[in-house]
Amino acid sequence: MRRLRVFGSLVKDSLDIITHGSKKYHLWMASLTLVMLVGMYCYSIQLEQGLSATGMTDRVSWGLYISNFTFLVGVAAAAVMLVMPTYVLKDIDFKQAVLIGEGIAVAALIMCLAFVIADMGGPSVLWHMIPGIGVFNFPNSMLTWDVLVLNGYLFLNITIPFYILFRHYQGKKSKSSVYVPGALLSVFWAVGIHLVTAFLYQGLQARPFWNNALLGPRFLASAFAAGPALIILVLAIIRTYTAFKIEDKTLKKIAMVVTVAAQINLIMLVSELFKEFYAPTHHSESAYYLFFGLDGKTALLPWIWTAISLNVLATVILTFHKLRNNFKVLFFACLILFVAIWIEKGFGLIIPGFIPGPYGKIAEYTPTGIEIGVTLGIWALGAFIFTILAKTAIKIETGAIRYNKK
Amino acid sequence: MSNDTKKWFSLNLGSKKKQKETTCGCGKTDGGCSFANTYNGMGEERHKDGFDQVFDVQMGRRTAFKKLTAGLLIGAGAVSTSCSLITDDDTKEKAQIDWEEQFKGNYKLMTDEEKKSTVDRLVRSYQLRTGKTISMSSQNAEENVLFGYAFNISKCQGYMDCVNACVEENNQDRKSEMQYIRIHEMEDGKGFNFNEADDNYYHEVPAEGHFYMGTQCFHCDNPPCVEVCPVEATWREEDGLVVIDYDWCVGCRYCMAACPYDGRRFNWSKPEVPENEVNKNQHYLGNRLRKKGVMEKCTFCVQRSRAGKNPACVEACPTGARIFGNLLDPNSSIRWVLENKKVFRLKEDLGTEPKFWYFMD
Repeated sequence: MRRLRVFGSLVKDSLDIITHGSKKYHLWMASLTLVMLVGMYCYSIQLEQGLSATGMTDRVSWGLYISNFTFLVGVAAAAVMLVMPTYVLKDIDFKQAVLIGEGIAVAALIMCLAFVIADMGGPSVLWHMIPGIGVFNFPNSMLTWDVLVLNGYLFLNITIPFYILFRHYQGKKSKSSVYVPGALLSVFWAVGIHLVTAFLYQGLQARPFWNNALLGPRFLASAFAAGPALIILVLAIIRTYTAFKIEDKTLKKIAMVVTVAAQINLIMLVSELFKEFYAPTHHSESAYYLFFGLDGKTALLPWIWTAISLNVLATVILTFHKLRNNFKVLFFACLILFVAIWIEKGFGLIIPGFIPGPYGKIAEYTPTGIEIGVTLGIWALGAFIFTILAKTAIKIETGAIRYNKK
Repeated sequence: MSNDTKKWFSLNLGSKKKQKETTCGCGKTDGGCSFANTYNGMGEERHKDGFDQVFDVQMGRRTAFKKLTAGLLIGAGAVSTSCSLITDDDTKEKAQIDWEEQFKGNYKLMTDEEKKSTVDRLVRSYQLRTGKTISMSSQNAEENVLFGYAFNISKCQGYMDCVNACVEENNQDRKSEMQYIRIHEMEDGKGFNFNEADDNYYHEVPAEGHFYMGTQCFHCDNPPCVEVCPVEATWREEDGLVVIDYDWCVGCRYCMAACPYDGRRFNWSKPEVPENEVNKNQHYLGNRLRKKGVMEKCTFCVQRSRAGKNPACVEACPTGARIFGNLLDPNSSIRWVLENKKVFRLKEDLGTEPKFWYFMD
């Protein structure tokens, strides 16, 4: 009963927090709302017309939605790089960052689910996928594994921070015996979500571009580079605009994680390129399309070369201690690394899987305005959710709101 | 497929002959036999005995769900009947049908009665909407039937009559010009070079110095598309047909990514078939009208093949390049082709075991 009262008060306080703020905050939230509304309008058009409102066709049947989904699973998984040191290894330097990281994971997962739903032909019959009342093709279909791990990870990433914040809200210390098992589980789970998502593609013998044993490990490496890079950027913003203290040491440690992951990612990229181009086979055609174009069809060329140059540049910058320890340079490197991996693990991975088609047909894909609108709307949704979560968490952590304080 | 322990079908015709006894002895060589017409799969109940009665009940969760929805249904029905004075009986019936269709189960798991009632609902719904009557079958696979297909590369001249017949027979979307069959025009002397082949030609055929090869769903015995479906909306029937329950499909298109043969199509918008062109002889798993956002594909014209006829493409082919029949019938023409011609299949290294063979004269 008491707990319910505390919970009620927490909800009231956080509602109070998220509806009040500086002018900049209101402007930020208003613009996100606007983008979300535009996205919803685009989605309503898509619902009305069907998926023909997007650029996808029978030849390229997954596009921007699934690309963003794949990338965001990686972002969500990256929170673990902060969770593990803090909760399990007791590295207090990460402590301030971990709640933010988990907030990003929650927002990213919700975006993932939104992208999958946006991609569905029949969202009204999605209950067919609910175990129990529908038919759940487990364990045969990797998509059912993905549904399970994503929702499980979402649950973990909501409950652990919620427990900690709930205790802190009451001015109590959180008991490590309660949250450490959960945190430990989420460490393995994070690797699981990204590996399972990679297996979704890796298991298809029909698509040689994906059917490659390095796909899973490369997913992990790129995720552990892009995710923490985003966390660094977010922490930089938070530390400028709020009273939340984040020490330089924390940022530097996360930057180290990003650096190592980016280096491993680059090594794997080299290995992949070597395999595709040293002795090209029939199966290297998708890679040819991606990097050089086939038959004069070159839609992805500018994107992938931008991604590769940004990726290399960022990795080089991060590798030198002097450059990395300069925060302005670090933030720049994180930004370009994030963009590079978004291209590379997003449509740089999904689209070439379909080109050339099973019988060599080269039909290109360009997203439509509707599709881009929905995509932006979902990103805005993610940012909106994250802002709400982060704002509440920061206020609790800094002690600005406490149960029965007033 | 007499050997149940085998994971998928493999071509072992010599040993099969001894074990096989076809259900009918009419001796017709192609496409099954007319006896099939008299067979009524719907009325037949499979009786379970022993522990099967207890353990082999697949409908547990669905019946539970149905009971739940039945409650809701009665409630909704009562509300709409009592509150509305203007709606007529037809509208109410339509609403009732739509509601039941929205919350029905997976066709694959339905009993024969449930299959029949959903088919009846669909027929009635079409009648209410258009005033026209269609016939829809829910005929199950017959025993000792395994459909197979062979394509004679030497004979095909690229006329595409098969494509047209397929579109008309299977009520495919006319607006997006959906076609299950693709005819690849290949250059002589280059072998089976799909990369340079043209599957979208608009000129007089046969073009000088070219040969033609048709592809469609190969009805693999180890179909990758079936494995990946998250909701089991697509499956391999006993007679080897790989089919889709259009009403159960959620439209994720994972099967499309998994198919190595470009055999699947998606309804990107609401399919449109002019009312006077609708083929009214339908099968639930075959050519009934689809909706937007679901997968569809070649079913070897299940509405025809299970009724003992050849698929529309086979019948339409003016050159006789297409052979269809029961692989388990030693007298069928498909068996003759497999035993006497040098046959091959596409992408055999993927282990999909297609039931679609190519051969040359």
